[in-house]
Amino acid sequence: MPRSYPIPGDSIPDPSEHRPRATLPALFHAFLSIGLMSFGGGLAAWIRREVVERRGWLDDQQFLTGYALSQIVPGATNVNLAVFIGTQLRGVPGVLAALAGLMLVPIVLILGAGTLYLRSQATPGWGWIGTALAGMGAVAIGLNIATGIRLAQRNLRGVIPALVTLATTVSIGVLRVPLVEAMAVIFPISLALSVWQGRAR
Amino acid sequence: MIAALLQLALLFGGLSLLAFGGGTAVLPDMQRAAVDTYHWMTAPEFLAFFAISRAAPGPGSLIAVLIGQKAAGLAGAAVAGLAMFGPSCVLAYAASHVWHRAARSAWRHHVERALAPMAIGLTFASAVVLMRGTEHDWHAYAVTTAATLVLSLTEVNPLFVLAAGAAALLLAGG
Repeated sequence: MPRSYPIPGDSIPDPSEHRPRATLPALFHAFLSIGLMSFGGGLAAWIRREVVERRGWLDDQQFLTGYALSQIVPGATNVNLAVFIGTQLRGVPGVLAALAGLMLVPIVLILGAGTLYLRSQATPGWGWIGTALAGMGAVAIGLNIATGIRLAQRNLRGVIPALVTLATTVSIGVLRVPLVEAMAVIFPISLALSVWQGRAR
Repeated sequence: MIAALLQLALLFGGLSLLAFGGGTAVLPDMQRAAVDTYHWMTAPEFLAFFAISRAAPGPGSLIAVLIGQKAAGLAGAAVAGLAMFGPSCVLAYAASHVWHRAARSAWRHHVERALAPMAIGLTFASAVVLMRGTEHDWHAYAVTTAATLVLSLTEVNPLFVLAAGAAALLLAGG
């Protein structure tokens, strides 16, 4: 018999109510394929494709909230996003299933590649591996700069944020100030400027 | 060995909580610690690890696991991985619970606005640190410049560009 009377807690509709239920093996499997497909970066796009489009576990709004949150919390953005999604869907066991799926295979691959590289350095005739990796490293640096440019185009509005970006780049990149010290000085200034700008508008 | 494990735990545990805007933010500090402070590796080795972590699937911050392996073997890899991801995951878990309640609060808006330009600056800073640390020659600068242009102007899969970069330096005779 359907329940026709309200009980406490019923007033807030559960957003996951009409969505497919994510079992722990399905969660593990979804993140396993995300971890394997994300060659060359772009993890967040793969996560969205799998969790929102293919499986329908979250809608776009929930995904974007999680994405913003994972960027604000310190730590690897995509790992934080996996934690957020795991929490939303299945609590702590969901987090563990998502993280295991996302990281186990890449960890094995990356340790194997690292070992091969270190062995190749000591072996005559295999020095080309080091050269190839130097070339890939040069590209990976370009990937960082390109990401920075895209983020700047989308997020830097006005002179003050641009100056904060410049100050961060110069102090940490050029002057090699440790991150903690640079953050301790720049963050309060940036926060004060953000509040002040908000008032001025 | 035990000393190295402790150093790894303290280093990555701290960086885990400082990596605002993603793992890239702490690359300069990682490089300084691994190369200059503890001498676990040379600057070119660090760049090679960076390249591997970017080319391999999975989160780029797995470079922590590679550094741990070089410093103290498999135990080092385990300690570095747990230290790098543990604290930030606990924080992300706690934040997932409280965040949506703060959706419209003013402080959240200001913190987001204050952190964004810093995160962008950290992305550029890590590029500068990596180039200076490895004494980029003109071949490498050319590859980095070309890659920056291609990746910021087109939607090419980064994996192809990584392969092209490797081929370019091999053809240039290293």
